[in-house]
Amino acid sequence: MAAARSVRAWLTRRAAPSGRAAALEAFAGRHRYRPLEALPWLAALAAYVVFPGYLPLGAQILATILFALSADLVLGYAGIITLGQAAFFGTGAYTAGLLAAHGWGEPITGLFAAAAAAALVGTLSGLIILRSSGLTQLIQTLVVAAMLAEAANKASAVTGGDDGLQGMQVWPLFGHFAFGLYGRTAFFYCLGVLFLCWLAVRRIVHSAFGRSLTGIRENSGRMHALGAPVIRRQLVAYTISAALAGISGALIAQTSGFVGLDSLGLDRSGTVLIMLIIGGVGRLYGAFIGVPLYMIAQDRFSTVEPVYWYFWIGLLMVLLVVFTRGGVLGLFDRLWRRG
Amino acid sequence: MDSALATALSIGFHGLAFAMVLYLISVGLSVTMGMMGFINLAHGVFAMAGGYILTGLLDHHRVPFPLALAAAAGAVALASIPIERLLYRRLYGGDELDQVLLTIGLVFMSGAAAQYFFGPDQQPLRLPPGLSGGVKLGFGEFSLYQCLLIAVGAALATGLWLGLERSRFGAQIRAAVDNLRMAQSLGIDTSRLFCLTFALGSGLAGLGGGLGSDLITVVPSYALDNLVYFLIVVAIGGLGSIRGPFLAAVLVGLVDSTGKFLLPQFGAFFIYAMTLGLLLWRPRGLFGRG
Repeated sequence: MAAARSVRAWLTRRAAPSGRAAALEAFAGRHRYRPLEALPWLAALAAYVVFPGYLPLGAQILATILFALSADLVLGYAGIITLGQAAFFGTGAYTAGLLAAHGWGEPITGLFAAAAAAALVGTLSGLIILRSSGLTQLIQTLVVAAMLAEAANKASAVTGGDDGLQGMQVWPLFGHFAFGLYGRTAFFYCLGVLFLCWLAVRRIVHSAFGRSLTGIRENSGRMHALGAPVIRRQLVAYTISAALAGISGALIAQTSGFVGLDSLGLDRSGTVLIMLIIGGVGRLYGAFIGVPLYMIAQDRFSTVEPVYWYFWIGLLMVLLVVFTRGGVLGLFDRLWRRG
Repeated sequence: MDSALATALSIGFHGLAFAMVLYLISVGLSVTMGMMGFINLAHGVFAMAGGYILTGLLDHHRVPFPLALAAAAGAVALASIPIERLLYRRLYGGDELDQVLLTIGLVFMSGAAAQYFFGPDQQPLRLPPGLSGGVKLGFGEFSLYQCLLIAVGAALATGLWLGLERSRFGAQIRAAVDNLRMAQSLGIDTSRLFCLTFALGSGLAGLGGGLGSDLITVVPSYALDNLVYFLIVVAIGGLGSIRGPFLAAVLVGLVDSTGKFLLPQFGAFFIYAMTLGLLLWRPRGLFGRG
């Protein structure tokens, strides 16, 4: 494993560190960009060249990575276990969808509207759910999403109900690039938005605010004692996460031209957790690994046996929980440590 | 005036029948979650299994109704023991996220398995002729089957309450819910207690799922579709109590039935709004322990 270690040293552009000084240096330099971080973006560009026939799927994957990133912010950094992340995804999707179906198909402003609507829902529901903890909190996140789903289901005059929202007219991006059949515009649109959001999340996570979130996750009692405004910090994180989830929902709505009730469903809240766990929680990059793995596998397998996909994914979950912790990235960590 | 009263009675009756089903399914969930602090999202799987066993036995094998009911509860209780021993036990006192993932995984697996074995369609409940009719009581005619539901639910609720208050096993459960470490120090074999309680709760869920298969349709997505309802009953009732889930189930059943009858355009919206409001007011539920 010496080779792996030297590769790692090269990747982090530092001599193999040791001792306290090294720990300090690692802490002070943790926000610096490392060459390895370019990998997801290079992979995305490579995928564009190698698999030109799969661009619509690629766009979906990129948008879903953003959704998983939003869940990571809540789960991995603020330490809130949520089964209701779809509430914000769906709010964003329906906001962008309704705008585009009623005469305003400009995509970028649609994204901002979706982010604002989702952030509003996030703040309002955050004010409720952050007052409790544990199981009650989990159930409250679930109930908020269920309530919105039921509202969308029953307000079928506006949302199309069970049939989904139809008749979206999304205008060309920047007035030039139409969302065509091959998904080229959609791919780069999602890639660009994901990149900007990732920059923002990365900055948030490494900021003093982000560190205090980690502190709250690890020991909220002690953070209270230190004088940190725990609830307010969590509320801000929850709102940011909701806005990101809303943007993700809007991306999928705009690029697929359709919004269904499933965008608010429990399935979606559950699977995004699963994708995140597969990659690794609280690492910023878990989403970039878990989502493509999950969605590509789903795309491959569900063409053969669509119904039984959930059986295997459920089994994978059980095995992951029983045998490993920390997802794919956690596995690499352990291999490295052993080496 | 009479018709309004009859409507109210009919709504109340239907709501109570639904409440009994909810109670039977959720009471085990409340006790096991209160005792072990385990977030169990897969409890609906046991109810679904009960539903499939009961409808299958009645439909294909012409088993007498009481026997089919007992078989559903017994089989589910037995099947839950290895699941508890092999999977759940590893995660007691562990990471909540792991518990969520494990149980969601079980929900997904059960849904796909049900689809594989029984197909995507709803399972019909073939009631024996003696139960399918109606009965005239004062203001109107009520379904005999719903009368049975209410009677069985009330009887079991009383039995459970007495059992928990009077029996040695019940005292041990109460001790473990109140203070797990102290119960262990007193020499109670909590591992065995967990397993038995879990099996009992799952068996009751199987019974509830079977009995209620006319009210809560038995389809492969059962455990996912109804998860919110079961959890709502537990959260409103408060963890680890017997009385809490009963009153919560009655409340949820009545509000749900009233809302869906009087304002069907809002669907289940009121239940969710009521839950959020109640939990905002009492985060530990109406009867939760501090």
